[in-house]
Amino acid sequence: MTAVAVERVAERTAPYVTAHEEFVRASAGPAWLQDLRQEAITRFAAVGFPTTRDEAWRFTSVERVAAGRFSAPPSGIPAGVREAVARVVVGEPHERLVATFVNGRFTKELSTLVGLPSGVVVGSLADAMRSHGDLVRTHLGRYASAEANPFTALSTAFVADGAFVYVPRNVVVEQPLQIVFVSSGGEEPIVSQTRALFVLEESAQLSLIEQYVGAGEGTYWTNAVTEWVVGDNAVVDAYRIQRERTDASHTATTWSRQGRSSVFSAVNFAFGGHLCRHDIHAVLDGEGAECTVNGLSVLRGNQLMDHHTTIDHAKPHCNSWELFNGVYDERARGVFTGRIIVRPGAQKTDSKQTSNSLLLSEDARSDSQPQLEIYADDVKCTHGATLGPIDEKSLFYLQSRGIGGQAARNLLTYGFGAEILNSVSLEPLRAHLDDVVHARLENRAH
Amino acid sequence: MLDIKNLHASVEGTEILHGVNLKVGKGEVHAIMGPNGSGKSTLAQVLAGHPAYEVTEGTVALAGADLLDMSPEERAQAGVFMAFQYPVEIRGITNAYFLRAAVNAVRKARGEPEYDTIDFLDVLDEKLKVIGWEDTFLTRAVNEGFSGGEKKRNEIIQMAVLEPKLAILDETDSGLDIDALKLVAEAVNTLRAPDRSMVIVTHYQRLLNYITPDYVHVLHNGRIVRSGGKELAHELEAKGYDWLRQEAAVAG
Repeated sequence: MTAVAVERVAERTAPYVTAHEEFVRASAGPAWLQDLRQEAITRFAAVGFPTTRDEAWRFTSVERVAAGRFSAPPSGIPAGVREAVARVVVGEPHERLVATFVNGRFTKELSTLVGLPSGVVVGSLADAMRSHGDLVRTHLGRYASAEANPFTALSTAFVADGAFVYVPRNVVVEQPLQIVFVSSGGEEPIVSQTRALFVLEESAQLSLIEQYVGAGEGTYWTNAVTEWVVGDNAVVDAYRIQRERTDASHTATTWSRQGRSSVFSAVNFAFGGHLCRHDIHAVLDGEGAECTVNGLSVLRGNQLMDHHTTIDHAKPHCNSWELFNGVYDERARGVFTGRIIVRPGAQKTDSKQTSNSLLLSEDARSDSQPQLEIYADDVKCTHGATLGPIDEKSLFYLQSRGIGGQAARNLLTYGFGAEILNSVSLEPLRAHLDDVVHARLENRAH
Repeated sequence: MLDIKNLHASVEGTEILHGVNLKVGKGEVHAIMGPNGSGKSTLAQVLAGHPAYEVTEGTVALAGADLLDMSPEERAQAGVFMAFQYPVEIRGITNAYFLRAAVNAVRKARGEPEYDTIDFLDVLDEKLKVIGWEDTFLTRAVNEGFSGGEKKRNEIIQMAVLEPKLAILDETDSGLDIDALKLVAEAVNTLRAPDRSMVIVTHYQRLLNYITPDYVHVLHNGRIVRSGGKELAHELEAKGYDWLRQEAAVAG
């Protein structure tokens, strides 16, 4: 870096470094945690916010976040939070398992966690640091590395609370678990640092709905980090629904590390936010592991959603499927990066990646780039991408069946969403998201 | 049912149809044969209302109404159905969803009540029973990942469900093996009805072994040059299309 660049980084990171000194003084915690935080802030201070000169960020400027002054959120439950949660949870009220986090902090009075199977822990990461200290120490921040991403570094530097879920060996959690992260700004712009650590032991099973919503009217930025530790033969069905307020910023990282013969399925919906970036990093670290990572963005106005994915085939006989669809109207923008790494020796890898973008306006834009890094010789890796306005051939096909005009356009547009909605196996969630997609395509409030 | 008079049509400024005349009566099955480039598919596309084809002269009446004045969806709502030579894949939309949308669009245009999801499944069941096919395609996205034969069968399913007054089959037999061809032909035969006319566009005589037409027409250089009964198809099979070129050369 040049001297000017170093100065610029320092100028942008200084408020966070100062805030961190205060934060560390005020926060208790074991030595390992303090070390983790310290390493992370040091890293963040050194690299600063990414710019479009960084290869991994060339399509997405985070200037809006980097130039802003975001403080730590006030404590308590701001107005509108209760309603925001009620709007997004699904299923019968008496059967629901819901854990709510307000500006990253576990909020017991907005959580319902009755009837969890024996041994399963769901709740506050701060509590778990005391009750399950070894587990947290072993896994927290060990996957989503501060080195890889400045936003992850910032999250780890300020880690205090968040969601913690632990499912012991052979335990199946039948009811889907719903985690709601609500961010709500106050007088000052705030950064809501949300954190999640999910640990499944061998042959455990979990369905999880992870939602990000906004409440109130103050300016906010959510910086989220989620880590998944998926044990041998474990099965995960994960849904992530990002529906931040459309003036909010959302930066996020999801890391998963899978053991032998495990199955990890993640479906990511992006509806909200103004500036949004989600790094997804899935490591297939045991033979015969499988992962599916799908995504759907439905955006309009000036919204931007950047999905930056890496599937790391570290062991042989693993399968991965990726399908990301986007529907962009008005001046909305989508970015999809699909990096696939096949490590030496990861033979019989079978990997498929597809991205489809539908541009509903002349001003909408989408960029898609596959990045294949293959170091084994007996593998199957395919990738494909489509991009463009509504297909005229398809339109005529529908017209010739009696479906004309706007109805035909709506049907073809909905198809982009339906393709991803069809991978949601929890019926109440599928129905709920179906309504959200329809409402967004028709530009109704939801 | 269908009355085509002196139809001229162009694509990208090149005239393909140079004055087609054809009358199809109620319940009749007409086969249109001809070599590559004769204008067979153009005729089918023009009848369905494909926007790439421009009609420059002539008239087409459907049960007395001006077909050329209707949009493609209005034609479908009026009872026209074209089985595509190359059916289109529709991402994310299942056959069941698509068929309901189509049937409801047609019903809405006719002022009839629309079907809800549950009622429609019964309707679908009944109509598929007619052609004797199972509903294995219904939960799959329209034509997505279908083999060539499956796509053609899917066109016939749509025809069975939409119950057209005029069905145009554009080379539905092309690319089918003999088993698939028999299946499709049998289904089409069950859909023959006194109030349903059919125009079967085909390159090969083989299909007509299984679907017996009332009339056969030969299209060449954008005009119908011969018309006859079903025996004309056999004559074409024996002689091929070369004699057309010779006749054209003599006439020219």
